[in-house]
Amino acid sequence: MLRYALGRIALMVPTLLGVALLTFIMIRVLPGDVVELKLRGDGGRATQEQIDLERTRLGLDKPLPQQFFVWLKGAATLDFGESMWTGRPVSQEIGIRIGLTLQVAVMAAVVAVMIAIPLGTLSALFRDGPVDWIIRVITMSGLAVPSFWLGMLTILGLLTLFRWSPPVTYVPFFQDPVHNISQLIWPALAVGFRYAAVVARMVRSSIIEVMQEDYIRTARAKGLSEFTVVARHAIKNAMLPAVTVIGLEFAFLMGGLVVTEQVFNLNGIGRLFVDAVLRKDFMLIQAIVLLMAFIFVTTNLVVDLLYGVLDPRVGRR
Amino acid sequence: MAAGHVSGVGRRSGAVADFLRSQPLGAFGLAFILVMAFAAIFADHIVRYDPEAIDFASMLAPPSLEHPFGTDVFGRDIFTRIVYGARTALTIGFLSAFLGTTIGGLIGIVSAYFGGRVDLVVQRFVDIVLSFPIIVLALVVVAVVGKTPVWGIDLNLVLAIAIPIIPRSCRVMRAAAMSVRSMPYIDAARAGGYSSLWIVLRHFVPNVLAPYLILFTAYVAQAILLEASLSFLGLGVTEPKPAWGLMLAGDNSNFYQEAPWMILFPGLAISLSVFAFNLFGDSLRDWLDPKFRT
Repeated sequence: MLRYALGRIALMVPTLLGVALLTFIMIRVLPGDVVELKLRGDGGRATQEQIDLERTRLGLDKPLPQQFFVWLKGAATLDFGESMWTGRPVSQEIGIRIGLTLQVAVMAAVVAVMIAIPLGTLSALFRDGPVDWIIRVITMSGLAVPSFWLGMLTILGLLTLFRWSPPVTYVPFFQDPVHNISQLIWPALAVGFRYAAVVARMVRSSIIEVMQEDYIRTARAKGLSEFTVVARHAIKNAMLPAVTVIGLEFAFLMGGLVVTEQVFNLNGIGRLFVDAVLRKDFMLIQAIVLLMAFIFVTTNLVVDLLYGVLDPRVGRR
Repeated sequence: MAAGHVSGVGRRSGAVADFLRSQPLGAFGLAFILVMAFAAIFADHIVRYDPEAIDFASMLAPPSLEHPFGTDVFGRDIFTRIVYGARTALTIGFLSAFLGTTIGGLIGIVSAYFGGRVDLVVQRFVDIVLSFPIIVLALVVVAVVGKTPVWGIDLNLVLAIAIPIIPRSCRVMRAAAMSVRSMPYIDAARAGGYSSLWIVLRHFVPNVLAPYLILFTAYVAQAILLEASLSFLGLGVTEPKPAWGLMLAGDNSNFYQEAPWMILFPGLAISLSVFAFNLFGDSLRDWLDPKFRT
């Protein structure tokens, strides 16, 4: 198991290096360069001298491979340079926002999975019946309804029911956990709907598959109650493919937050990213893209390791 | 031709009737798509107003006989903008899904056909690109390429939506092509001295057409959703052009609590069209490939 884990972690390194390289290239291939865009864009007038000076300051006059290694070295020590807009260190801009985004994402994931597993199971057990149809319509709408629109509808609903509107500032979790969760549960639900739908669909199809296995027939033949058969034998085995989807979709969830944070006035990474794109703050864009990819690769690693725990055959291969 | 698992595609006559009969839900999705396409093509004849005409006299009017879906902050008729929005959504959706699925599919087939080192390099690269969440990748492309409007369509927006689709389509199409690769007729064609290009075009392409169509339909749905999200963020289609995502953003989003119809109908338009494409895509999959039926 330890060898398996170490192997998986070692495999992460080339992927992350590739991600860093690709991010770096994507930003550098743009026509013109960052400095010209910053100093000359929007009618700003700057002399060639100023531009050269800024280029030297940012290290952009050095050859590309050298720039890449300098950036990579910085990234390894969490030094991503300074935001071209605010002038504050990128790591600081991200640091003050990452907690909020991760909290909403984790809350969304937890709620979504808690809803998705029973829904998917019910749908599978009552396959092609009315319950199945209703659940399938709900899960299919989960894939179709844009999270930002769902967020707006949620706010409208809350406004009419409880006169609640998105707060201007959010209470930190450690200051008042109950208040904090009551504020953040709504964006978490809005962004988690899609997640729940995807997981429920996966659970449904994998339960359907598992229910045809020999060991289910054996369990039934032993005279176990249908509840025990499903709860003890089917769900446990059906969880393996579901875990993959849960992991893969977590990154998608972070993507969903990019849009949903706008609706709920959340000052998180998603909003920072959109602002960075609007202002063409390439230092910030680079760092956030790398962070998102890092989260994706890490969740994949966690899923792989979890697989090893849930299914001992995997680790031994 | 070894049709094998691509039942349906080869049978020309009665295929449509068979699909409609065996997949009522898919037929429903298809009907909705056709209605949307009709609205998009004949928009000029369906609506009474100009989608971009500002009329401050009837600002924020609630739904009425004159304005069935009400008006927005500029007094523009929302029904009109939704009908024209179908044109924007379908054009960008189809173009980018086609571009993404086709490029990804071709890379996938080539990767599977050559196998070995080519396959390894391509798949590692795909792995890396897959690490970026779809919308994040699209936003980076938007940030880097700017705008190139051609006939009112921003080609770079199409590109931004197509690029995240490429690695995903590549994965699935590679898997489909792998199963073709091991077929005896491929060995026969190779032994017959046919060129790689001929083999790919003559044997691979027709046999991966079924997964291609399924993917394409699913990605149209994704592309419509992505275009709506980008427009909502102010980084996709921009004012005054009518686009569903845009109708939920900007000045409209400041007043939606007083005038909920402003966001109700555009949001429904996005959801229903994505729903219809997903429904159609799912049914198409069940119909073309009963093996995958869940």
